[in-house]
Amino acid sequence: MLEIVVKLVLVAAAFAVLPLLVGQIEHKVMAHMQGRLGPMYAGAFHGWAQLVADGVKFVQKEDVVPAAADRRIFKLAPAVALVPYLLVLLVVPVGPHGQVAVDLGPGVFFALAVMGVGVIGAIMAGWASANKYSLLGGMRVAAQLMSYELPMVFAASSAAMAAGTLSLPGIVEQWRWYWLPWQAVGGVVFFVAGLAELRRPPFDMPVADSEIIFGPYTEYGGLRFALFLLAEYAGIVVLCALTTVLFLGGWKGPFLDDQLGWLWTLAKVFVLAFLVIWFRVSYPRLREDQLQKLAWAWLVPLSLAQLALTGILKVALG
Amino acid sequence: MQDYFHAYGVVAALVAVGGGIVGGGLAANRLLRPSRPTGEKLTTYECGVDPVGEGWAQSYVRYYVFAYLYVVFAVDAVFLFPWATVFSAPGYGMTTLGEMFVFLAFLAVGLAYAGKKGVLSWV
Repeated sequence: MLEIVVKLVLVAAAFAVLPLLVGQIEHKVMAHMQGRLGPMYAGAFHGWAQLVADGVKFVQKEDVVPAAADRRIFKLAPAVALVPYLLVLLVVPVGPHGQVAVDLGPGVFFALAVMGVGVIGAIMAGWASANKYSLLGGMRVAAQLMSYELPMVFAASSAAMAAGTLSLPGIVEQWRWYWLPWQAVGGVVFFVAGLAELRRPPFDMPVADSEIIFGPYTEYGGLRFALFLLAEYAGIVVLCALTTVLFLGGWKGPFLDDQLGWLWTLAKVFVLAFLVIWFRVSYPRLREDQLQKLAWAWLVPLSLAQLALTGILKVALG
Repeated sequence: MQDYFHAYGVVAALVAVGGGIVGGGLAANRLLRPSRPTGEKLTTYECGVDPVGEGWAQSYVRYYVFAYLYVVFAVDAVFLFPWATVFSAPGYGMTTLGEMFVFLAFLAVGLAYAGKKGVLSWV
């Protein structure tokens, strides 16, 4: 019992700290890449206090629910967007020998299913706001989920096929260095499709500010808006952690896997998170038709090809 | 069976923790934030101009074909997971691999047909 409580506390702590860390890194990395002065100002040294200042601002804001909105759904949406990412962290292993909160048998399946629920929060927000732009944004969110969930599932099942198990710690245990070239296509497809599901640039059509203000989140302010932002960063952490576990060998590193396993996992997660931020700075937003084309004309066929490759090699070698 | 319920009991506990984090945060926030609703404040913001007409405007759900395709493919994809754990077990080997290619062929033909029909291009 005590062990479970400790693990739950650790999961909640990781959930509270890691997304904020990613947010802080994003501030600084973007500031450097784009030569921005704003994020480097608060608190003098490298603008370390910017995130604190943002938090103080958010908690002081009034909680406005528009009179025309669907009140209950409007208020519930941020929780639906945020809590699923907390649940995924439960099954992500950080190190060998049971350094995972719960080793669920169908871990991959659970993670993908729960991750999909987070998107429903944004659709709920879009619908409940009683705002034309929010509704359009919500529909774009739904269209994006529809197209990118499929390659993501195929890519993840390719890793499950290679390992012969659905348990996430089990997959890392089976992982060998030659998975890197063998599962490379699947890994890239998984990561790109995950980015699209999180609506991160360049896949941020649903919140395209030049067209639909801020999409589903237009009517939100104060802490509820902050919860949506937190959900975005929690989503980045979860996506990077899943990519690490499925395709990059999780806790396995060049040396000292047993002692430093958790450090390898964290290092890989943050390298991937850096990539996510880098993409945001580097690429322009995809148009809706380009979004759909990328999913159906490239990612789905590529992931099917990866499935074939995984099957052939697995049977031929094993 | 014991372990099964135990594992999902932990999941349920974490759902409660998550609800507590969000609910507790909002409750604490209630002490810090002002609340002075006025009629203007409660109108829909939209793009900053007073909204015209109803908020739930009619629009054309262009992606319903994608939705159909997604449902068809996703139902197929679900069957991949249990199969993935056993397909290379001793005694299966070539048979299951052959089955996989039948499965992939179905999906690929379906996708090619949809592409040929022009439903994969956004209008």
